[in-house]
Amino acid sequence: MPAAQADRDTAVCIRGLTFARGNRIIFDRVNMDIPRGRITAIMGPSGTGKTTLLKLIGGQLRPEAGRIDVDGVDVHALDRRGLFDLRKRMGMLFQSGALLTDLTVFDNVAFPLREHTSLPEPLVRQLVLLRLESVGLRSARKLMPSELSGGMARRVALARALVLDPEMILYDEPFTGQDPISMGVLVQLIRQVNEALGITSIVVSHDVPETLSIADYGYVIADGEVVGRGTPQQLQQSQSPWIRQFVQALPDGPVPFHYPGPDFAEELFDEYR
Amino acid sequence: MALLEPVVRLGRGGLGFFQRLGRAHLFALEVVRAMGATLVRPRLVIEQMYSVGVLTFVITVVAGLFVGMVLGLQGYYTLVDFGAEDSLGVLVALSLVRELGPVVAALLFAGRAGSALTAEIGLMKATEQLSALEMMAVDPFRRVIGPRFLAGFLSMPLLAALFSAVGIGGGYFVAVGLLGVDAGAFWSQMHSSVDFYDDIMNGVIKSLVFGAVVTWIALFEGYDCVPTSEGVSRATTRTVVHASLAVLGLDFVLTALMFGE
Repeated sequence: MPAAQADRDTAVCIRGLTFARGNRIIFDRVNMDIPRGRITAIMGPSGTGKTTLLKLIGGQLRPEAGRIDVDGVDVHALDRRGLFDLRKRMGMLFQSGALLTDLTVFDNVAFPLREHTSLPEPLVRQLVLLRLESVGLRSARKLMPSELSGGMARRVALARALVLDPEMILYDEPFTGQDPISMGVLVQLIRQVNEALGITSIVVSHDVPETLSIADYGYVIADGEVVGRGTPQQLQQSQSPWIRQFVQALPDGPVPFHYPGPDFAEELFDEYR
Repeated sequence: MALLEPVVRLGRGGLGFFQRLGRAHLFALEVVRAMGATLVRPRLVIEQMYSVGVLTFVITVVAGLFVGMVLGLQGYYTLVDFGAEDSLGVLVALSLVRELGPVVAALLFAGRAGSALTAEIGLMKATEQLSALEMMAVDPFRRVIGPRFLAGFLSMPLLAALFSAVGIGGGYFVAVGLLGVDAGAFWSQMHSSVDFYDDIMNGVIKSLVFGAVVTWIALFEGYDCVPTSEGVSRATTRTVVHASLAVLGLDFVLTALMFGE
């Protein structure tokens, strides 16, 4: 494939990404390509740095080495203004929804419009109602975030993330802690948003069946590396012990059941020695 | 190695302290940078003045009243021995306007509004609201921190003035109403002895400084806290302790500068 074509097809290009927290290495020379206009799943056990990866893509964290290009632009070479311009084209759905607790549902969704545009209030109202209608919460617009269930809060956050018509949306654990109905609604919404608007979607999750049911491509990360990549079918049929343990939810494997430590028998009889 | 352990701990503690001090000053710099954007959106500042200023109103009035009454009572018992009870108005007014008004109002402000600010910002951090603002390309310093800082800075002198005014009222009630001091002497001596620039304006300057320092500490502690329930709780405690000590220490420095010969 010619380089220019590859650039057009790739929304996010990650090369040699290295990131550490203190002495703990979270990513060790990771390479990834996120295709444009598709849903890409990034999966892995808890604590592998999936949310950290989204924060690195959004420029909220700075890597020790490597680069992340979004639309061909090195995110970490941008100044604050450039970064904010990039983020206006990027929506992010936080795990908790992260709605502003002192604003109503309506004002939360209107917030990016009021901050970044000078649209007249009647137009803001129409745009907000359109977005709230698309997530099924138009009639909940007067509620405060504290009056919403977890699933509703995430749908409001999705409406807020979409209100500026972003080119890319980052989902941080969208299915965690949801009842089956809310989960089904969110799965459907993510698929619909991607199909209707052609937005590049990155879904970070450890809910394997739901994520693979909507993803076009997936990465599995563990132990600071990409341990598997491919289409959902390829991942499900993979013989890699990492992927098998993760996809089939096996309690023990490369990710051990026991926290690393000395031998149990040794520790039990230690005091008699 | 065991012998060196206290030295290592001391060094680590010292480095941690100076790192935090550095972060606090960088934070203050960001707040100053955001002031321009804050000033063009006065609605945000007024909203915050309600939560940090108006909601501190009742505790300030009640505390001011009792402090003024105690001053009246204690002052009377001392002055009456010298037949100088007519000077009670001066004693009450100068004590309140120069010292107790700015200082006690700032301590109450740290306890009521400072702790609330830290908890609010800390919880915004813990619930990813600050991250969400960043990802929506909205600078938290312009939208959240700046308006709160300005609200605290402007509310403090108003609260201190209120404290002093109510305190003088309380002193008057005890002196004139209960102890029989002459009302004319109470007011006229106060009027002739309290200077607008030397006493009242210096008190206002003190309360502006206290307002800036208390609000800075409160906002920084919230912004810098560990984003867990325990982290927010510790940050809230730190705000009250550090802000109170800063107010008392600064009061000594400012008093020495303002009222020294």
